[in-house]
Amino acid sequence: MTKYIIRRLLQTIPVLIGVSILVFSLMFLIPGDPARVMAGEGASEQTIENLREKLGLNDPAYVQYGRFITSAVKGDLGNSVRSGRPVMDEISARFWITVELSIYATILSVFIGLIAGIVSAVRHYTLTDIFIMIIALFGLSMPNFWLGLVLIQWFALGNLPFGMDMPAWLFDIVQMRPSGWGESWRQMVLPVITLGTGGAAIIARMTRSSMLEVIGQDYIRTARAKGVSERLVIYRHALKNALIPVVTVIGLEFGGFLGGAVLTETIFAINGMGRLTIDAIRQRDFPIVQGTVLVISIIFVLVNLLVDISYKFLNKRIDLN
Amino acid sequence: MSVQTEKVTNATRSNPRVEAFKTFSKRLLKNKAAVVGGLVILFIIIVGLVGPFILKTDPNAQNLVNKLQPPSKEHWFGTDNFGRDIFTRIIFGTQLTLKVGFLSVFIGGIIGVVVGIVAGYYGGMIDTITMRIMDILLAFPGILLALAIVSVLGGSLINVIIAVGIFSVPAFARIVRGSTLQVRKLEYIDAVKALGASDGRIIFLHILPNIMSPIIVQATMRIATAILTASGLAFLGLGAQPPAPEWGAMLNEGRTYMHNASHMVMFPGMMIIIVVLAFNIFGDGLRDALDPKMKQ
Repeated sequence: MTKYIIRRLLQTIPVLIGVSILVFSLMFLIPGDPARVMAGEGASEQTIENLREKLGLNDPAYVQYGRFITSAVKGDLGNSVRSGRPVMDEISARFWITVELSIYATILSVFIGLIAGIVSAVRHYTLTDIFIMIIALFGLSMPNFWLGLVLIQWFALGNLPFGMDMPAWLFDIVQMRPSGWGESWRQMVLPVITLGTGGAAIIARMTRSSMLEVIGQDYIRTARAKGVSERLVIYRHALKNALIPVVTVIGLEFGGFLGGAVLTETIFAINGMGRLTIDAIRQRDFPIVQGTVLVISIIFVLVNLLVDISYKFLNKRIDLN
Repeated sequence: MSVQTEKVTNATRSNPRVEAFKTFSKRLLKNKAAVVGGLVILFIIIVGLVGPFILKTDPNAQNLVNKLQPPSKEHWFGTDNFGRDIFTRIIFGTQLTLKVGFLSVFIGGIIGVVVGIVAGYYGGMIDTITMRIMDILLAFPGILLALAIVSVLGGSLINVIIAVGIFSVPAFARIVRGSTLQVRKLEYIDAVKALGASDGRIIFLHILPNIMSPIIVQATMRIATAILTASGLAFLGLGAQPPAPEWGAMLNEGRTYMHNASHMVMFPGMMIIIVVLAFNIFGDGLRDALDPKMKQ
């Protein structure tokens, strides 16, 4: 097991180096002179030259990369072109907001996705199954930014469809302003639903197909033949094994939420890393863009590493090689 | 003459590919949801191609007197903040949406298939290096890779197509590599090799036709993802630039007026859902018909 973890850690290193090269190369993809683009229209030649000097753009690419990676390892991702503040400070101020949002969205999607998937598989080819799968397909096909806008329209602005009135308890839950300490989750209700719906749909579909695959296997037939109750067969024998592949999807979903938070944070004006990225793109502040993209990708790679390791714990049959 | 016709008919009958296609189409046509999905896609394509010629109106024609009008007989989907007819804009936008979906998947598909087939066929170092590069591309979650590319290239429809195309490459490469590895081990490949066929010939004539099923399924599903990603980028102001009637961009414009003109947000959003849903359903159906083992 330790061997497996070490090997998996070693495999992660080239990916992380590759990610850093790609993120660093973004600067070279900018059409024209990056310093001129970042300085903005109407900037004097002196300002552009100063910026070029400050960012070290006059050095050869490999020198620039060497500087970028050695600083990054020390936690220094340069300074924002606009505010002049260290990129790491800008990110750390927003980091936990995005992580919190993604964790809540993951919990919601796993909770809804698992229940929907299990019910669908247990009652496969019934109306319940068809209904759940249709809803899941909608969840999969719905742009989450549109869902966010609809939720704001319905619950934050109170314009429910067909002139319906919002019940007081519902208003209480989804009201946008927290009323005191420990109430910050209230602001998260609509964004979390927005972010988590697509993931719930994916997990529901995955759980269903995984459950059906397991239910069709010989050992389940044997358990049934032995007279084990259907409930026990499903929840003790089938579910345990069916959930193993779902774990991988959960890891991927969490990463997807970190990336997808860009849209949700923009809609709900949440000051997380996603919004920081978008603001930086609009202001042509590329060190910030590089920083946020790098941090999100590294977290994603590390989460996947953890998922792979837990996958091994869950399924002892996996060949370590 | 009649003898010749009979020979041809017999040859067609015994052709395994024709038989496989017949079985596939029979299975696909049995799947009602997939048929509906396919028909919706066909309808959307026709609307995208023919719609602008039938309407003959300018999607950017402004009429400020009529701004923010709710849906009515004159304006089926209402009007926007410039008094532009939302229905007309949506019809014209269909072409943009399909263009982004098909072209980006085409670009991503071509690159992904070449990378996957080369990695799977040659194996060894080539496989290791190319697949590590794909791992690196996959390390950028969700929309992030496309966003990063568009952020440096600048917001435009072409750049979105390129970004979403690159974003699709690893998905194709992985699936094609896996399928190539399976097919490469089959005996008939050894047989053609023994007959002295070149690598190119083996790849294009013997491997590619046999791994088309997963490629087609992946392409259909990817179009749905590509449309969602591209509309997300347009929503962030990084896609097609105003006044282009791109659905994601229309949603972005509608945000500001949501409190008094919710139709500006509802209709473009519903169109995205319908198109993406159709591709997803059709993709599901194709997968079930091409690979019945997957159907569960």
